[in-house]
Amino acid sequence: MIYTDKVMDHFANPRNVGELENANGIGEVGNAKCGDIMRMYIVVENDIITDVKFKTFGCGAAIATSSMATEMIKGKSISDALKLTNKAVVEALEGLPPAKIHCSVLAEQAIKSAIADYYKRQGIDPTPIVGHIGDCEACHTH
Amino acid sequence: MNKIVYVDNAATTKINDEVLKEMMPYLTEHYGNASSIYSVGRESKKAIEFAREKVAKALGAKPTEIYFTAGGSESDNWAIRGTAMALKKKGKNHIITTNFEHHAVLHTCEYLEKQGFEVTYLPVNEKGYVTAEQVKNAIKPETALVTIMYANNEIGTIQPIKEIGAICKENKVLFHTDAVQAVGNVNIDVVDQNIDMLSLSGHKIYGPKGVGVLYIRNGIRIDNLITGGAQERGRRAGTENLAGIVGLGKAIELATANIDEKVEKVTKMRDYLIENISKIPYTRLNGGLENRLCGNINFSFEAVEGEALLLMLDFKGICASSGSACTSGSLDPSHVLLAIGLPHEIAHGSLRISINDKTTQEELDYIIECLPPIIERLRDMSPVWEKVKNR
Repeated sequence: MIYTDKVMDHFANPRNVGELENANGIGEVGNAKCGDIMRMYIVVENDIITDVKFKTFGCGAAIATSSMATEMIKGKSISDALKLTNKAVVEALEGLPPAKIHCSVLAEQAIKSAIADYYKRQGIDPTPIVGHIGDCEACHTH
Repeated sequence: MNKIVYVDNAATTKINDEVLKEMMPYLTEHYGNASSIYSVGRESKKAIEFAREKVAKALGAKPTEIYFTAGGSESDNWAIRGTAMALKKKGKNHIITTNFEHHAVLHTCEYLEKQGFEVTYLPVNEKGYVTAEQVKNAIKPETALVTIMYANNEIGTIQPIKEIGAICKENKVLFHTDAVQAVGNVNIDVVDQNIDMLSLSGHKIYGPKGVGVLYIRNGIRIDNLITGGAQERGRRAGTENLAGIVGLGKAIELATANIDEKVEKVTKMRDYLIENISKIPYTRLNGGLENRLCGNINFSFEAVEGEALLLMLDFKGICASSGSACTSGSLDPSHVLLAIGLPHEIAHGSLRISINDKTTQEELDYIIECLPPIIERLRDMSPVWEKVKNR
């Protein structure tokens, strides 16, 4: 199992770790059974994600993808954040081993889940905007 | 500490200097093929027979019962497939094993199941032991083979081999044991312990990689796995791995000298490490403490994932291993930890440390110093931790 320097950097020095007291969107995906859980906290003001933090239980790749994904959506509009794909996260990390691609899927889902929660709190049905967030079992197909 | 603390000796070991020294001439000037008639070849043949005697002596076997292979996995494959194929002709199509064997045994049994054999996977208890009674109850007229590991590679639990062997003998069923982890750590006597076949590997005992042994008691006929030339008295084809065999011979001689003394020393270090790691909250020792390999330590840390833990230990120069899914390339955690009843989420957070008689007190203290802050850091990052704490 070889990780890129970028992955190792984000694992050793993860950005945006922690919780946000004033979060107005929180999403959690994965389960302990499969070995990865990601929880994302976002603060949305005027459709902009002004702050984001995460907590992750998982391997080096899970922590690195969480860190990279938070970096990629911080300061972005919700619509831009929703466009973030797992592939873009993998590319930003300069690649992941094939067995770890599911971690990047989880990171994408964690963001979508936090945004969905934000909309729910606003009394807006998130499904038409965020779409269906696949469950953790989906990553077992990799 | 600016050095590497290597505590993954159950994965592989550093080759002993004396072993390497013995091997070197056979990688350079003594290159003759042992099957050749001229003197250069005869020297090679002699060296192989000398190594064979050393292996036999270490196991309480006869030299004619020792067959060199390419490693532990080949030995396991040969013993199981060879027995299955030979005894199928006599209407015996049942194999008994446990659910926490090494994959070399488990996957071979699974393959045979697909070929129409019936396999009983005896469950081990929560401490990681199987009993002779369980074996006895599983034996039936069709049983061809019982294959049970001497000591488990992940949690180090030593099985009641002598008793299991006695049951097999009584019932005229062949008994094979994968002793890859046990050799050099346990006194083995194949006669006294009723063992019909035994697998061992060079690189686990400070010898070279790519060489192993299958001991087959005289009089037992099993089918060949590797067919071809007449090497190893016609039972295992292929030009002998001369240097490897010489190295294994020396390695087993050294590894089985003063076992009791070594076990006493290493057990003390192991228990010191276990006592201190146990102080970390929400931590459990996996596998029973009695009848455990002297160098094996295996812990689970709740709310911590194993691979992340290994990477952080690696930053500190500590080389260990884990039963986490993420280190195996699959998404399922260790089958051994699941077999002793650990829930998936706890099985993901395991750490195996395997020390030896070269491990120093300084290294033990360094591990004890490094581990708690790493666990704390990963728990702080873990969304599972608050649930564990508030349970």
